[in-house]
Amino acid sequence: MRRILTVMVLAAALGLAACASKPVKPAASQSAGQAGAGAESQGAGSGANAGEGSLGNQQSVPGPQQGLLADRTIHFAFNSAVIRGRGIQIVAAHAKYLADHPSARVRLEGNTDDRGSPEYNIGLGMRRAESVRQAMLLQGVSPSQITVVSYGEERPVDPANNPIAWAKNRRVDIVYLTPTQPGK
Amino acid sequence: MAGALTPAWAQLTIKITSGVTHPVPIAVVPFSEAPTDPVNVAGVIQHDLVGSGRFSALARAQMPATPSHAAQVAFPLWKSTGVDYMVVGRVVPLSGGELAVDFNLLNVLTGQSVVRKRFTGPPTALRNAAHRVSDAIYQAITGIRGAFDTRVAYVAVVGEGPAQRFQLVVADADGYNQHLILESRFPIMSPVWSPDGKWLAYVSFEDHLSAVYLQRVRTGQRYRVSARAGENGAPSFSPNGQELALTLSGVSGYPQIYVLDLHTHQLTRVTHTPAINTGAVWAPDGRALYFTSDRAGSPQIYRKSLTPGSYPRRITFTDGYNASPRVSPDGKLLAMVTQVDGRYCIAVQNLKTGAFRVLTQGPLDSTPSFAPNGATIIYAERPNPNGGAILATVSVDGLTGMTLKPTHGAVQDPTWGPFRQH
Repeated sequence: MRRILTVMVLAAALGLAACASKPVKPAASQSAGQAGAGAESQGAGSGANAGEGSLGNQQSVPGPQQGLLADRTIHFAFNSAVIRGRGIQIVAAHAKYLADHPSARVRLEGNTDDRGSPEYNIGLGMRRAESVRQAMLLQGVSPSQITVVSYGEERPVDPANNPIAWAKNRRVDIVYLTPTQPGK
Repeated sequence: MAGALTPAWAQLTIKITSGVTHPVPIAVVPFSEAPTDPVNVAGVIQHDLVGSGRFSALARAQMPATPSHAAQVAFPLWKSTGVDYMVVGRVVPLSGGELAVDFNLLNVLTGQSVVRKRFTGPPTALRNAAHRVSDAIYQAITGIRGAFDTRVAYVAVVGEGPAQRFQLVVADADGYNQHLILESRFPIMSPVWSPDGKWLAYVSFEDHLSAVYLQRVRTGQRYRVSARAGENGAPSFSPNGQELALTLSGVSGYPQIYVLDLHTHQLTRVTHTPAINTGAVWAPDGRALYFTSDRAGSPQIYRKSLTPGSYPRRITFTDGYNASPRVSPDGKLLAMVTQVDGRYCIAVQNLKTGAFRVLTQGPLDSTPSFAPNGATIIYAERPNPNGGAILATVSVDGLTGMTLKPTHGAVQDPTWGPFRQH
């Protein structure tokens, strides 16, 4: 009981109560003899799970499409965050576009293959996204134009367990944000 | 609405990888119970005991009789079946709608009772009562506290493309009684139990931002405790439940380990190396953290005492890749994911002697988690070249394993809950 109160105080102090409009459904776990416990649960009736398709491959991809700019994915070697080959050109093209269009915003999504530790892979995806961010900053992009997230191994483009799929999944995706899209 | 969940695994297969050399032969005689009872009590007990790898069960067809009281047992007949022990019992309705499960574990060679008990509860908890019988039998014969009446949390991934959903699920340790805790279009990962079993901490990526949440299992009430810039990941409760270790990258891009005091909200940084530092877990005495870092190149496991001024000490030295440390409840073993000839396997290292033992064959095993009795590890494996993960268990001696397969979708990131308080 003591910790329950503590956590509630903590949440109140940070002003961080979960937002009902989030696209998630917290659910009460109703085991035997626990009827009525759901009164405290939140979000179960929010029904906010529908809509907005920015997960994975978008149907209509926002952002510039001409030439190299249509390519939004930079691939990496195993356990590496070094931008190589065509990746260098792709990053340069997007960096130039962003520098020329200061109101444009991107989210860099770091990803890994699904081998090993999911937590370490979050770090590795972060390192890849950071590698792309640093390259863009060096080429004149403003820090305020870039948000970074790492999904680690959680969002493979190819879920198969073989070297070809793994190579596809070791990547940074550049996602252009429309003004209404979340992600700062 | 709350808790409604299409069972992700109606199908449940036991795979005994090799079994101990001399499993204890036991007969679990069908309990006397009403045909309307929702659970076949003897069936659940037998499943638990055989699944542990330490017992072999006498087939029903070979049982000479079906006694439900010790007084009804003709021991010479049972001796001839070759079993060392037998369990008899019955389910008795009590006034007020509850059920009592009476059982008696008998030594067939001596005819003596080893342990006899009664567990009571509502009909909906009959399955849990059966697991408690299994716990009592397991402890009486092996000397190790049973962990059948425990729960696991895991993440199910169902659907594809825009319809893909991540589900945080809590179930009994044998996969039954699944309850949906959270559903999201965005990834959910790294669930972990509070020491009292009342809370889960986890990472959720709602709106493309990672954040660490605490959620009360019974009510669904939840709190976001860390949503800073960059990564918020890898939560782990301290043994007293008052602190949370977690990983924050800030804007530097280098994930570092911190400890968040849940009382004072004070955040204390633990690592200071420009490398990946993540996945911290606590030593059982709460005075040190084990974590993964690639400060020396490849990921390895380090130990950092929380005494001010102390330096991290490297714990693993095998080549290549060691990550996802988990400390056994008695503090003696460190489980991890290790790389052997390109295969990712679960291994344990004796923290005192350094002895290292690979328990599984891989090729893609991850996220080990100890049962609260320390006898078994649950983890995720990917045996199918095109499919997602399933759950599996392995005994800490590596001899016995079991798989828990979903009927559809993938299940990953298992974490074993503490002993239940009755």
